[in-house]
Amino acid sequence: MTPAPSAARPVVLQARGLGKRFGATLALEGVDLALRAGEVHALMGQNGAGKSTLIKLLTGVERPDRGSVELDGRVIAPSTPMEAQREGIGTVYQEVNLCPNLSVAENLYAGRYPRRRRLRMIDWRQVRDGARSLLRQLHLELDVDAPLGSYPVAIRQMVAIARALGVSARVLILDEPTSSLDEGEVRELFRVIAQLRERGMAILFVTHFLDQVYAVSDRITVLRDGCRVGEYAVADLPPAALVNAMVGRDLPTVAGVDAERAPPPDAPLAIDAQGLGCRGKLHPVDLQVRRGEMLGLGGLLGSGRTELARLLFGLDRAERGELRIGGERVELKHPADAVVRGLALCPEERKTDGIVAELSVRENIVLALQARQGWRSMPRTRQDELARQLVQALGIKAADIETPVGLLSGGNQQKVMLARWLVTEPRLLILDEPTRGIDVAAKQELMAEVARRAHAGMAVLFISAETGELTRWCDRIAVMRERRKAGELPGGSTEARVLAMIAGD
Amino acid sequence: MAETSGTMAASSAISSRWGRGLRRCLAHPQLWPLLTLILLLAGNGLFNPGFLALQWRDGHLYGNLIDIAHRAAPLALVSLGMTLVIALRGLDISVGAVLAIAATVAAWTIGHVSNDGLLPLWLAIAAALAAGALCGLWNGWLVVGAGMQPIVATLILMVAGRGIAQSISGGQILTLYYAPYSFLGNGFVLGLPFSLFVVAAVFALLQLALRKTALGLFVRAIGHNPQAAHLAGVRARAITLGAYVFCGIAAALAGLLVSSNVNSADANNAGLLLELDAILAVALGGSLLGGGRFSLAGSLLGALIIQALTTTIYAIGVPPQVNLAVKAVLVFAVMLLQSPLCRGQLRALLRLRAERRA
Repeated sequence: MTPAPSAARPVVLQARGLGKRFGATLALEGVDLALRAGEVHALMGQNGAGKSTLIKLLTGVERPDRGSVELDGRVIAPSTPMEAQREGIGTVYQEVNLCPNLSVAENLYAGRYPRRRRLRMIDWRQVRDGARSLLRQLHLELDVDAPLGSYPVAIRQMVAIARALGVSARVLILDEPTSSLDEGEVRELFRVIAQLRERGMAILFVTHFLDQVYAVSDRITVLRDGCRVGEYAVADLPPAALVNAMVGRDLPTVAGVDAERAPPPDAPLAIDAQGLGCRGKLHPVDLQVRRGEMLGLGGLLGSGRTELARLLFGLDRAERGELRIGGERVELKHPADAVVRGLALCPEERKTDGIVAELSVRENIVLALQARQGWRSMPRTRQDELARQLVQALGIKAADIETPVGLLSGGNQQKVMLARWLVTEPRLLILDEPTRGIDVAAKQELMAEVARRAHAGMAVLFISAETGELTRWCDRIAVMRERRKAGELPGGSTEARVLAMIAGD
Repeated sequence: MAETSGTMAASSAISSRWGRGLRRCLAHPQLWPLLTLILLLAGNGLFNPGFLALQWRDGHLYGNLIDIAHRAAPLALVSLGMTLVIALRGLDISVGAVLAIAATVAAWTIGHVSNDGLLPLWLAIAAALAAGALCGLWNGWLVVGAGMQPIVATLILMVAGRGIAQSISGGQILTLYYAPYSFLGNGFVLGLPFSLFVVAAVFALLQLALRKTALGLFVRAIGHNPQAAHLAGVRARAITLGAYVFCGIAAALAGLLVSSNVNSADANNAGLLLELDAILAVALGGSLLGGGRFSLAGSLLGALIIQALTTTIYAIGVPPQVNLAVKAVLVFAVMLLQSPLCRGQLRALLRLRAERRA
């Protein structure tokens, strides 16, 4: 273990020997963590390394089986997030958990409304004024009466941070705040983080983006398999060493997978859309994907990427244009129509649209195949066999295939989603932001399996906001802008060219 | 030495298997409803030693236990339909009214077909079931097609249904003088009431459909996350519509049993407040009212518990004017017993007392 750098700044939050067990899985064992005032502390680790569990213990979502947490030298044992908040631990979660139907001001004060002295009525003027001044601290100018849902995710995240500020937090925990932000928004967030650091706040920052760790953090704690690998000063831990510490082994290089896959020049079309569009959602788009081809689809949030995927999959009805799947002209009225014809869609919103958290890994994996096959139930032995195959192929970490998917970590849930579609052996696999919020190793395993399948003839439409991923994996890249197709670029284009097209130069 | 350790390992393996079996048994979701039912019956047995006795008379089995099962049959049927609807995040509060419609339709059909053979019986059954299916189709269409919230959608038929039934009956209680029909609610087969066979058949059919086809998986997927099920290509709307139709048919079957039992169809009072008992039965049986997790066997137990409660109240001689209040108290106690939170608190309290004593 690398010795920690001189601890000049005072420790605000000290966790000692935290341990937690969920059923048969030991999620966390003897983990120490020290957060210092005015420092940004990055928490790194693969999916299932115990990051989420550690955060849950710190924020009172779960209670530790072992160990203690001290805040300013005083032992605290929050049993609800509300209690943790009152103690001074504010949290901004990966999926922003505010209420989109409430106004910005209501979200900032929900659960702690200021009351008038007489009659204990809510003092709305104070709510609004307080909200405005909180937002002003973050240099945000928002209409505090507008529903939060009318703002993009990035803004909602800022509001979540403002809420944490409002409860006079000493410690701010940011659980993958950047996973749904574009680059400009990330810069804005980092500006806010820097400002909070100046004010002496202790910040715990969880992310999967290595460059971001080095952009904002002062110190790094690495977890692996529920244990602490070590605490390091950023300067002492170059990126390669960090990845090795997280993975515990050397990662296979990407190049090996790429070079084998030459884009097939005259393979038959898996899907052919001509002038496909829907009023108010998408201007007519032409799009072709050949068998064995990986087509990247880039663009900013709201550029029409997801809308196109929805039309292709029959989630929305196309109002114009025509769609051919495997040469046959089709009209999709229901996702089931698309599934029957060999289409598959891993949706962007994994939690709400993807997994059924209460069902087991096996049931989640066979769901789409079963739906396509109709009423006749697949024999249980066949289900077990398929589930085991995919669990192994994708390296899904679960106690067994009967574990409810909701108990798995985010990256493993994403793998289960992918597994659900891979068992249907689709003609075209549409992946909408499949790598969001999952770690380096999981990303690698997931994309390697997709690439392997593409090599075997599956067509892939890979939607991503990260241009680096598009250029690395795709044979061809289409770019969406302002709800129409801006153009296409050949595989091997530089990130700069893709970015330029996304931005509209 | 090696041998001993081997035996010890084997015996500890056995005991751990026993322990696991016991633990699984204790964690079984239908354990508590079953215990509740047993407790109720045993309580009655203590109060009145003859309560649990069964007698064989004239080739039929008689006794309070049989009586409870027989009287619970209509509620059990309705609860089975309700379970499916609730599992799909729905609710059907029109079942009482649908029961009345089906009963009235059956009675009307018998009254208008002059034939002394079995033809009126078959016609009456077909007409009643068709009426039930039609009601279910209407409810299902309102929910799936028109996008209404289930409680509001089925409220329409709940309110209108008794009016429809009365317009068929002409505002009269239709009396039935037709022996074959009377068999449905009063007859015996193999010494047991015929109604029990109807419930068993519907239960078995449903269980088979859920276990042996993919329906069970689809229902749970839709109930837990309809959006995800839709995206996976599950035809959620068609399945939901089907559940409402099934619920209507189950209510119609119950209507046949009820009207045949009393040899009359009362459009105004048949199946009154049945929807509430059915929802209660589903809840007692351990199904989630929010959908997804459900148990048909649990709902049957729930229906039996409710009927056992009613019988108990009569058996201990509660004055009729307060029996609803007493029933409410008993339901309250049963629900407390079944609440995991409450059980946990009770356990903590007991532990505290034991520690104090020690």
